[in-house]
Parts: sequence; C-alpha cells; structure tokens
Amino acid sequence: MTLNYSETIEKYEPTLGLEVHVELNTKSKMFCGCATEFGASPNTQTCPVCLGLPGSLPAVNEKAIESSILIGLALNCSIAPFSRFARKNYFYPDMPKNFQTSQYDEPICVNGYLDVTIDTDEGPKVYRIEIERVHMEEDTGKSLHVGGATGRIHGAEYSLLDYNRAGIPLVEIVTKMIPGTDKYAPEVAKAYVSELRDILRSLGVSDVKMEQGSLRCDANVSLSPRGSGTLGTRSETKNVNSLRSVERAVRGEMIRQANLLEEGGRVIQETRHFQEETGLTRSGRSKETAEDYRYFPEPDLVPVAPAAEWIETLRASLPEKPSTLRKRIQESWGVPDKEMAAMVNADLLDTVVETVDLGADPTKARSWWLGEISRIANESDVTPQSLITPASVAEVIALIAAGELTDKLARQVVEGVIKGEGSPREVIEKRGLKVVSDDSALMAAIEAAIASQPDTAERIRGGNIPAAGALIGAVMKATGGQADAAKVRELLLKHLGQG
Amino acid sequence: MAAISRDEVAHLARLARIEMTDSELDHLSDEMEVILGAVARVQEVAGAEVPPTSHPLDMKNVYRPDVVVPSLTNAQALSGAPAQEEERFKVPQILGEE
Repeated sequence: MTLNYSETIEKYEPTLGLEVHVELNTKSKMFCGCATEFGASPNTQTCPVCLGLPGSLPAVNEKAIESSILIGLALNCSIAPFSRFARKNYFYPDMPKNFQTSQYDEPICVNGYLDVTIDTDEGPKVYRIEIERVHMEEDTGKSLHVGGATGRIHGAEYSLLDYNRAGIPLVEIVTKMIPGTDKYAPEVAKAYVSELRDILRSLGVSDVKMEQGSLRCDANVSLSPRGSGTLGTRSETKNVNSLRSVERAVRGEMIRQANLLEEGGRVIQETRHFQEETGLTRSGRSKETAEDYRYFPEPDLVPVAPAAEWIETLRASLPEKPSTLRKRIQESWGVPDKEMAAMVNADLLDTVVETVDLGADPTKARSWWLGEISRIANESDVTPQSLITPASVAEVIALIAAGELTDKLARQVVEGVIKGEGSPREVIEKRGLKVVSDDSALMAAIEAAIASQPDTAERIRGGNIPAAGALIGAVMKATGGQADAAKVRELLLKHLGQG
Repeated sequence: MAAISRDEVAHLARLARIEMTDSELDHLSDEMEVILGAVARVQEVAGAEVPPTSHPLDMKNVYRPDVVVPSLTNAQALSGAPAQEEERFKVPQILGEE
C-alpha cells in the first residue's frame, strides 16, 4: 500500500523548519581580501587566510556585518548588542582549516518573523514564519569527485578541491519550527523562500541566484500522527536549488516519511539530498550532533558589538518591503488578486515591472510574459526570462501599439527573437514581417475578396455586418496575416457602404 | 571521577579521523586527564564576576573595509599541495560521507 499526498495529509500533520544560506555579494571574502567573483578559474581567488595556512589571521569584512544587520532588521529581528564567532570543527576537505568560522550560541540577529501569503481553498491566508536566528559564517570550497560512475562521493577514487568559494561571506537564516501548515506545507515553504529572496534582493545584499548557489535552502520536515500532539523525527533535505524544488522536496519528503511510518518503520534523523530529476530525496550522511562539531569561541577574532546609532542608521535606510511594493503595483495597475498571485507564483513580477518601466502597457506586458512566452518556456522547461529580455518584449509591444505589427505577426517576431535571430527589428527585417498598412495594397486584396465571394458582399451591403468576418478572413489570408484586421474591417465596411 | 573517559577520547579520535591503537588511547586518556585537571584549576580561580573571554585583549569591532587585495596565483596556492590535478587540490577519497 502506498499513500499519496492527500492520504498523507489525512493521517499526518507536518512540521517544517527552513534554513536558508545566502551568499553576500561583498567584493571581498568574509575574513580576507580575496575576490568573490563567480566562475573564476580554480584556486585563483585564495590566500593564506582562506587556505588555512599556518600563521594566517582572519579580519572581518565590515560590509558583511552591515549586510547581516540589514537582513536581521528586514526580518524584524533584534540585533544582538554583543555577538561572537565560533569554530565549527569537522573533518572534511571543503574547509582547509578543518573548521568553519561560524556563529553558535551568540548569533548577530535573533527572534524575527516574516509573513507570507498563500492562496488557500478559503482564499488568501497569511502565515507568520518565526525566525529563530540570523548568523554569519563563511562558505566552503567546491569539491569535484573523480572516479565512480555517478560523480558522487560514493565510489569516487579521489576528490579535487577549488577554494575560490571558501570564505565567501554566508548568512544563515533559521526559522523556528513551523507547525499548522497542514496540506499547504509545500506552498508555505516555497512562499517563504520566495519572499525571503525578494527581501534580500531589495536590500541589495546578495545576488540571490538559486541556480548559482548564492541562495540555498535546507528543508527540515517531520510528521506526527494527526491529533497526537507529538513531534516526529525530522530529516533535513539539502541540495534544493530552485523555488519549485523547495515545494517538491517538502511534498516528496512528507510522502516518503508517511509511507515509512505506515509500514511500521522509523524516520531517522539524517541529511538527505534532493534529486532534481526525480523530485525524491536520497540518504546522505547521518548527521553529526552539535556536540560533535565541538564549537568554541574563535580566539582569532574579537566580538562584534554594533553601536546602537549604526543599527538605527541602517534601520532608517531599509528599502520598501517587497509586499508593500507589490500592493502598490497591484493598485496602480489595477490587477485582480488572482492574476497578481499568478505573476508572483510564476516569478515574473520583477520582469513585468521591468518591461513596464521600459514603456510597455502593464496589461500587455503581463499577458505576453504569462501567456506566449511562458508557454514556450514550459515546453522546453526553462524560465521565461532566459528566453527573451524585457527590452525586446517592450519593443514588440510598442511596435503593436504603433500599428507596425499585428498580434499574430508579433508572436512570430517573439518566436524569432527566442530562436536567436536578433532583436525584434532585425527579426521583422529578416522575416519580412511588416504589416501591410498601405491602403491601396489592402484595397486590392479587399476587392479580390469581394469578387470571389459576391454573395457575401451582397449580404453585407444589405446590412448583415457579421458576415464581414468571412471577407476579412480572406483578406488576411491573402496578405499572409500581415494586415491589421481592424484596418481591413474598416476599409471593407466603408467600401460596401456600411462604414 | 575522570574528566574525560577513554571512550570520549576514542570518539574524538574518530571525529578527527585519527587512527589510534589501544595503548595510544590509554596513554592519551591519562595525558588529557592531566591537561583538563590543570584547566579546571584555572576555572576555580575565576569567580562568577569574571565573564568568560575568547580573546586576550579587551577589544571589539575590529573590521577591515570591503576591498579586494590580490590573491595568490594558482601555482602559488598549489605549491604546498602534496598532490594536484586540473588546477585543484587533490585529496584522497572521502570515506562514505558527503
């Protein structure tokens, strides 16, 4: 017997916990002056400090402290008047020091919250996600496992290490336990990460690119039998690298645990890895306990004690909250709730805003991105933004408004741009997609249509306006779709004495 | 009561991936017992009014500006590595963990 998702929810209640790691976009690393650029050739952004060479000493990047405080303030946290770094000791070559400089019992920000809105069966509902802590640490190096069939660690003969990423400032944002989300747990998890990402982006503290790993989510999931009031054992799923994956990972893990429990099994506390292809998780290492990390205060760094005035200056500089901004956009564009939610869910709001900022009509911009472009993107399983730029979409919309393109031609232009044929103007040029707006050329086509369907023409002359459709269709066909249908209609009716 | 048990020393050795013989474990347990005893005596001296410190100097908020300084070259970075491949540090197989 296998439980599906709705059966899982009937019998069990989920509790979530989310840990989000965000790489800050400082120019230099957390504890040394090495550059943080993404994609540099291996081991060209390292120094004695981030390679953990004997005798080297770390020095804290002030900008990283500032960014961490900004994040805490934006998440309604208290900023600790005194906090310290700690060594997290573990034996793994991704940190050449054999420890990660992190924060343990004295994080920089504590006790915040973030409200997220979910579209439920009963309408939009707000979930308050409580934030336990925001702490500072450093990213690890990248391992490449060589040998074995899978590129995974199991069966690998050896590993190759690139320490360019080691020491890049990382902020970890940890929620408290999130109960009461029931069947919406996957959506709540996704909405939380999405909202958090929007906030981080608005603060300008990170690139927040999940696909490049500058924003990463670990999802803790546990189940308890409905109404039991107990708390189940949790698993921690790592490697969740897109918003969609957050939702899939939580859902998949809930179903896995429910089936395990149904069979009389026991959930073990472990790290699991999300697999993008299947949406399932597989077992990783069993988790070392906090004690095994032998945390102790970092003796090479002094405490962080931000002055109250600095904190207040930063608080005053906080940008408009994304949720407030969304409300303002929705009101100014007059978008219904449902369509607004669709845009946010499809992660297209920023893109539509950008298109509108380039002069496009909001309704048209929305309909292009959510319609045609999303459709093509779905077919090849890529994001709409990867296909075409807001500038090209705005240009196409402007060309339609100027009467140079019909909707039908515009779709061909967009298709051409997506296929890499150049800018909208270049596609129009290459494919010869100009609207036939020359009245005499149109009149010739209209007269030909009338000549081929004299009966229809007669009915129109007699006042049967709907019959015009057949003749307009014939003209559009004759011009290869390159005529403006409204214009054809106007000329046709006028010609037949009905204009 | 011993401050640290032989099992705890064995556990620490495992966490640090250091292979130890039985006699080494016995020997080290005794030695660590002495070290911990010495530290415990320091703890007795410090009363409740002395806050724990992690740094010998009474300093805080020591920062550097977010400015990039030149890094080592790839060759310099790898110069001390026992093994290398594809411009990366080559390390032995990592046993069954990730």
